[in-house]
Amino acid sequence: MATHTFFIAAAYAVTTVIVAGLVARAVLDHRTQKRALAELEARGAGRRSRHG
Amino acid sequence: MRELANPTRFMSYSGKLLPWLCGLAVLTTGIGLYMTWFIAPADYQQGETVKIMYLHVPAAWLGLFFYTMMAVSALGTLVWRHPLADVSQKAAAPIGIAFTGICLVTGSLWGKPMWGTYWVWDARLTSVLVLFLMYAGILALWNAIEEPNRAARAVSILTLVGAINIPIVKFSVDWWNTLHQPASVFRMGGPTIHMSMLIPLLVMALAFTFIGVCLHLAGMRNEILRRRVRTLTILEAERLDAQVA
Repeated sequence: MATHTFFIAAAYAVTTVIVAGLVARAVLDHRTQKRALAELEARGAGRRSRHG
Repeated sequence: MRELANPTRFMSYSGKLLPWLCGLAVLTTGIGLYMTWFIAPADYQQGETVKIMYLHVPAAWLGLFFYTMMAVSALGTLVWRHPLADVSQKAAAPIGIAFTGICLVTGSLWGKPMWGTYWVWDARLTSVLVLFLMYAGILALWNAIEEPNRAARAVSILTLVGAINIPIVKFSVDWWNTLHQPASVFRMGGPTIHMSMLIPLLVMALAFTFIGVCLHLAGMRNEILRRRVRTLTILEAERLDAQVA
């Protein structure tokens, strides 16, 4: 076991980092899109032009 | 399914479902890790190194699962023109490549102490590497074409071409003489793994599936928001153009 501890620990560490990265990416992307959408709506971006 | 084809309705349903699915993901991951570390015995040949298998095998299944989902979504885009098919496809690719990457890395980390090498050009390992490269190509193509509908059609064709690799990955251990062991769970005649190891493995697979489904739903929701932002940005630019004119 002792000689293989490094390989087991590395496998769990890599998996944790990758899954945590996916979760963080999803959360940060959600915040970015929500903020961008709120800013556009606040500027009235969805309204059609009176000329158009 | 038809009802969910409406992005607004999908956002409403998925928003309610997501917290429950995340809760189930956390719960099953906790149970799975407890079973792996405190209940599952050491293997008589592999010793404690078998604990890597509780990550490696579910990651491999999820890598294949997400590609299969992308292939079905590709059909949805090209044949049925389902409005959420390409959204599903785009959200699945980063998750699929991540799980395939976990499979490759944990497999290598298991291979070094067990086989004496991190890598061999064996049919199973090579076909999984091809799967990883297919995911990378698909992600690159999504980023290369700006217009979402054009990108979706091009990616769908590439995805369907790459789907030929899925049965190759699955049956490579049967068709060729490989260093990688043959299937030991999903096989004719039932699993060859003892229940004391099979149950923790299946719980970990369930946990990975919940994690993957949560990430996929969240990714789809973000993609729908991104497209709304894109549409509103274009509308705003048109309105400003009209005002100037």
